[in-house]
Amino acid sequence: MSKKLVNAIADMREEEALKLVREMVEGGSKPVAILDAAREAMAIVGQRYDEGTYFLPELMLAGEMMNQITDIVKPELAKLPEIKRHGKVVIGTVEGDIHDIGKNIVSFMLDVNGFEVLDLGVNVSPQKFVEAVRDFRPQVVGLSGFLTLAFDVMKETVEAIKTADLRDKVKIMIGGGQVSEEIRKYAGADAYGKDAMAGVSLAQKWVGAK
Amino acid sequence: MEKQLSPEEKLEALWQGKLSPKDPGGNPLPFQSSEAEKAYKDRILRFKDAIQMKKLPDRVPVTIFPSMFPWTNAGMTVQDAMYDYGKCAEVFQNFVLEFEPDVHWGAYAPGPGKLYEILDYKLYSWPGHGVAPEHCYQCNEGEYMTANEYDALIQDPSGFFSHVYLPRVFGALGGFQMLPFLPGILEMYGVALNFIPFGLPPVQATYQALFEAGAEALQWIGAIGGADGALATFGFPNILGGFTKAPFDVIGDTLRGTKGIMLDIYRQPDKLIQAMEALVPLMIGMGIANAQQTGNPLIFVPLHKGADGFLSDEQFKKFFWPTLKEVILGLIEGGCVPLPAAEGFWNTRLQVIQDVPKGKTLWMIDQSDMADAKKTLGKNACLLGNVPSAMLHLGTPQEVRDYVKKLIGTVGKDGGLIVCNGAFFDHAKPKNVKAMVEATKEYGVYK
Repeated sequence: MSKKLVNAIADMREEEALKLVREMVEGGSKPVAILDAAREAMAIVGQRYDEGTYFLPELMLAGEMMNQITDIVKPELAKLPEIKRHGKVVIGTVEGDIHDIGKNIVSFMLDVNGFEVLDLGVNVSPQKFVEAVRDFRPQVVGLSGFLTLAFDVMKETVEAIKTADLRDKVKIMIGGGQVSEEIRKYAGADAYGKDAMAGVSLAQKWVGAK
Repeated sequence: MEKQLSPEEKLEALWQGKLSPKDPGGNPLPFQSSEAEKAYKDRILRFKDAIQMKKLPDRVPVTIFPSMFPWTNAGMTVQDAMYDYGKCAEVFQNFVLEFEPDVHWGAYAPGPGKLYEILDYKLYSWPGHGVAPEHCYQCNEGEYMTANEYDALIQDPSGFFSHVYLPRVFGALGGFQMLPFLPGILEMYGVALNFIPFGLPPVQATYQALFEAGAEALQWIGAIGGADGALATFGFPNILGGFTKAPFDVIGDTLRGTKGIMLDIYRQPDKLIQAMEALVPLMIGMGIANAQQTGNPLIFVPLHKGADGFLSDEQFKKFFWPTLKEVILGLIEGGCVPLPAAEGFWNTRLQVIQDVPKGKTLWMIDQSDMADAKKTLGKNACLLGNVPSAMLHLGTPQEVRDYVKKLIGTVGKDGGLIVCNGAFFDHAKPKNVKAMVEATKEYGVYK
């Protein structure tokens, strides 16, 4: 049953997947087992995105299926089970910029690849990044930006983290729109990622995950 | 019956009109000098020849297609550029006279801030309304059309925009929701009933806002259009005729939003395709009407959600390209030159989008590989681009010169290239932008 569920989700058969989940709940399957199967499917989705067979429609639909499945299963659970994570990442679109498509994909891909992600949203001030680094204690910070104004704000954000004496606690990656190696040097970040998978690889490298 | 003009004749009429500019009174435009008049005509012909790919122009044309750069460079905030129309126009005029691109695109990017206030525009955040004074306006993505409204859009696209979409994105246009169904005003019986809504306070308030917005738009265009006229007398033509969009982006950008349209690809693909087809004639009509109104043949088509990484090749071929191609062909049929802007990376799409008639379109290329673009799309279409924003912002004039020289060598040596920035930019070093123009004039001469 759970193998069928993994395949239904991974192959984008939404109706079938939700029907299976309801049947499993009614048949007394453990909620944790259902969520495990869903997560296994998400990892396959992430892998297919990485290989270039899946794109935005699949990521968005996978995310929707995951939300719906969690909603069905939640009432059966005292609390959502803790998952073992490789490491923590704080991510956000820098101040002045409200573009979020690219940032959301990176968030999703980090999550399905086993990272605990704190997504600060869009238009995030350097100060908010600093506070998140201090409180959430991530190993990695991801700065996203689509507009040319983001170049300077990325630089300011990196500097704010430095001023708060936190620069040596985190690796900083940047990405989005017109971001390039030139911008990476200018901003003082550790690396730039051309796409979501590059972001995941950087985070994996930095926390020493596979 | 009047003779129907062929697409080529319609386009040629626009070019000829452009070459014989008129002042607002309808008389021949008085140029500042005979040199300015010659430069004006040379610049238009240089552009036209590059686009049509029939004969080489005298040199590779160069232009700057910025977003807010002319104003940020002059030390103005975006907020000031949006609210002080006279200053906005003056700064733009000085920008063109200083940087001397062959053609310009007008001072239309900032737009009238006051008008958006009058209409309570919710689709965008702009300086003073959600973003800082020095930053550019940005779109607030959302589901302005719900998943179950496809039938309403398909059956009556214009009615959907007026009765449903506009009231959602403009707070002041709520009265449009109460408008009568206009085809109901068919004969005497029933006419009066259909006029009842116009007596209701919310509808009257909406019309009041429209009158105010209209007056504001007139003030704005007086200033901005004035800059176009003044620049023409100095020999610098505005080449932009207006804009339209790919049907997939119409739905994905401002109706359903990115998430909505991506889910619809799986949940209701047939409805999505039907809706895009219903939008095709509207998008063609919008472009042709713009070109006729402005007398400029180039119709800008910004492309967003067909870029590499958004869709698979199959999805691109099934959902994005067919209706975009119909819009492109329809614009050509109407005597326009479509100018699609392939924003971001389009490397995986080049094989598909090269299927356009030769010499009829101009493609703005951002970060795609220019050599590959030349071998595919570039066989049939002139390419506009692609000096990177990052280089203009952080590079040196020498790096820009080297980039332009290489671009002309690889892409421009047999024509079919117009040098330009690859993506819209708000910030750059002015000396880098100048280097782009000067290097093209130096290295781009055809012998």
